[in-house]
Amino acid sequence: MFTAITHSQIFVLDQNEAVDFYVGTLGLEIHTDADLGFMRWLTINVPGRPDRQILLSLPGGPSMSPETADQLRELVTKGAAGGTLILATDDCRKTYETLRSRGVEFTEEPTERPYGIDCGFRDPFGNHIRMTQPLPA
Amino acid sequence: MSRAAEESNRRMLRARDAMDRAYAEPMDVPALARIAHVSPAHFTRVFRATFGETPHRYLQRRRVERAMFLLRSTEEPITGICYKVGFSSTGTFSRTFREIVGSSPRDYRRTAQPSGVPVCFTMAWTRPN
Repeated sequence: MFTAITHSQIFVLDQNEAVDFYVGTLGLEIHTDADLGFMRWLTINVPGRPDRQILLSLPGGPSMSPETADQLRELVTKGAAGGTLILATDDCRKTYETLRSRGVEFTEEPTERPYGIDCGFRDPFGNHIRMTQPLPA
Repeated sequence: MSRAAEESNRRMLRARDAMDRAYAEPMDVPALARIAHVSPAHFTRVFRATFGETPHRYLQRRRVERAMFLLRSTEEPITGICYKVGFSSTGTFSRTFREIVGSSPRDYRRTAQPSGVPVCFTMAWTRPN
């Protein structure tokens, strides 16, 4: 039936700041940045992997009351919005050092796990991101 | 929600992350308060208002969660695990573990299964209430 996951979505609190972080600091690429009038459709992807986009969206819009948007913003800033991304890397420790030098806020240093080496960090809004160097297949 | 409240949440989350990283060390309230940009006197109150529990209780649950992980995934003696996760006496460790988990460390080890899912999820879902 299904053939792929093409889009995932996380909430960010400021799309320009999100681009600075996800593209400028982490090195991901903008896939689409389009002003649709009713919303800014902003997606990013890992370089070379445009088949898997992440939508960086703002809490709000007509489908959500201002109160609900406020609740979502609160959850994001408390690290409880559930917007986890797990990014793969071929060298977790080296990438950790690179990102640390760029001021990324790490929650956990690279650690060996049964599934590889990984560590955790946060985006500027509070979303949790993991970076994993999988065990060789 | 005001920008100031969002900033306050974010700073408190930074302090909580610092506790997660340094869970085995004695809790340094002045250092955490500096991370959170509040006075030491206000830190516990604001933390509790943000996350619904005191920093002390959060740290206890973090230490017990780490102990559960080590009990599941290693054969290290329970006494060693007690000190490794930050407790300073085995009596306090056993009492706190039982109070939070509902069983003794020894019984927990006997029944628990190791897991291979990304650690952020096991950390979140095995953290005891």
